[in-house]
Amino acid sequence: MIELRNIAKSFGDKEVLRNISATFEPGKTSLVIGTSGSGKTVLMKCMVGLFEVDSGGVFYNNENFSKMNINERKAIRKEIGMLFQGNALFDSMTVEENVIFPLNMFTDMSEKEKKDRVNFCLERVNLKGANKLYPSEISGGMMKRVGIARAIVQNPKYLFCDEPNSGLDPQTSIVIDKLIQEITQEYNITTFVNTHDMNSVMQIGDYILYMFEGEKHWEGTSKDLMTAKNERLENFIFSSEFLKEARKHYVK
Amino acid sequence: MAYFYALTVFETGNYMNLFYHFGKYILLLKSLFVKPEKVSIYWRETIRQMNEIGIGSLGIVAIISVFIGAVTTVQTAYQLISPLIARSVIGTIVSDSTILELAPTITCLVLAGKIGSSVASELGSMRITEQIDALEIMGVNTPSYLIGPKIIAAVLIIPCLIIIAAFLGIYGGVLAGSLTGILTPEEFSIGARDSFRTLNLILCMVKAVTFAFIITSVSAYQGYFTDGGSLEVGQSSTRAVVFSCILILFADYLLAELLL
Repeated sequence: MIELRNIAKSFGDKEVLRNISATFEPGKTSLVIGTSGSGKTVLMKCMVGLFEVDSGGVFYNNENFSKMNINERKAIRKEIGMLFQGNALFDSMTVEENVIFPLNMFTDMSEKEKKDRVNFCLERVNLKGANKLYPSEISGGMMKRVGIARAIVQNPKYLFCDEPNSGLDPQTSIVIDKLIQEITQEYNITTFVNTHDMNSVMQIGDYILYMFEGEKHWEGTSKDLMTAKNERLENFIFSSEFLKEARKHYVK
Repeated sequence: MAYFYALTVFETGNYMNLFYHFGKYILLLKSLFVKPEKVSIYWRETIRQMNEIGIGSLGIVAIISVFIGAVTTVQTAYQLISPLIARSVIGTIVSDSTILELAPTITCLVLAGKIGSSVASELGSMRITEQIDALEIMGVNTPSYLIGPKIIAAVLIIPCLIIIAAFLGIYGGVLAGSLTGILTPEEFSIGARDSFRTLNLILCMVKAVTFAFIITSVSAYQGYFTDGGSLEVGQSSTRAVVFSCILILFADYLLAELLL
């Protein structure tokens, strides 16, 4: 379980996050939504320690990550998998080398065990046979799946996904969303997803947190979202006439 | 460019900026000294870097060295043309200046351009594409893994390149001397052996190690802290080359003062 307690973060005079508290439970896919510049990515980077919070704390199973030293953080980070917006695959390595990298670095598994684990993860994300390809030789959707395979290769307890659907067509987006949801439930992972994608919100959002100008503005489930009485949230989610009509029919 | 930058810094009184970068550079170097996550991976990476820096630069180092040796011979002969000076003196001057200055300094200035820009742009690209963040999230000590092997590889392999450069520089001198009829290889050899001192070779190696460290650490600093997009990667790469060259020349003078 990950808990945020009154997190605040500023860059110079600009307050990017203000007093954010939330709880993300294992086995559930928690989504953070909001307009560009609302602080979603900064929040995620604070949670994994790429940015330091100014006040408050990020708690992993009641242990304050924000106050930990480097070695304690390393121990937690070995339980974290992360899928980056731009995939962050190592260009000079093949798909297999990308996925096997954390195992080479942190485990004493034999070569055969490592290969088996990599093949299992690649099969799990439907990338069987792509082992020897380089990131430049595969599509955007495949890169995302390699990113997911690399993120889960060490059996993480926590999975962070920064806009997993950016740059993907709607069909591939749904494949990625379903994959994230299945993996979350299958391995009881605490999954945290930043997204703009409304399909994802409706499809996989067990818990949704809406951010506006660095503050938590609303929280609930995807069902609550359809009936929420919050003007800003409504304007964000149901921005087109088509979606407004669809919502009216749903409420009726 | 660095001169104008320094001038601007002093004119505007923004001294703190220099101290800020120097402090950040020292802290980056300090973060290299941690226990590697897995020694075998670091070792493999060091060997890969040695191959890239060493073998990858051999061609350009060879061409430059031969020509510099040849040009030095021709120009020294042009300046020393007198029946009172033995022709073997040309051999003395060419071999001494090659070992003391031309091989380590000119070669490292060229390597600053080749290796420095490559290191800065590699790390800069990794930074802007979040590859460094990905390594951090995995729990890898990124300065130690990404910069450490580069510095070790450069410090080990650049002195070897300098030895080759010195040998080829002297050979270029001998070749130019005999092809143009300025002096015979025997005369060149007499002059070179008469003046040879071990201290020259030691200074050459001290310079090589110091310059190797400067090239990789300064370039890595510029690349590692790149912020922005591809334009900034280019700027980091340019800064890496400029600052490496300036610091090489500064260290060159300092070492000559201290060791000679």
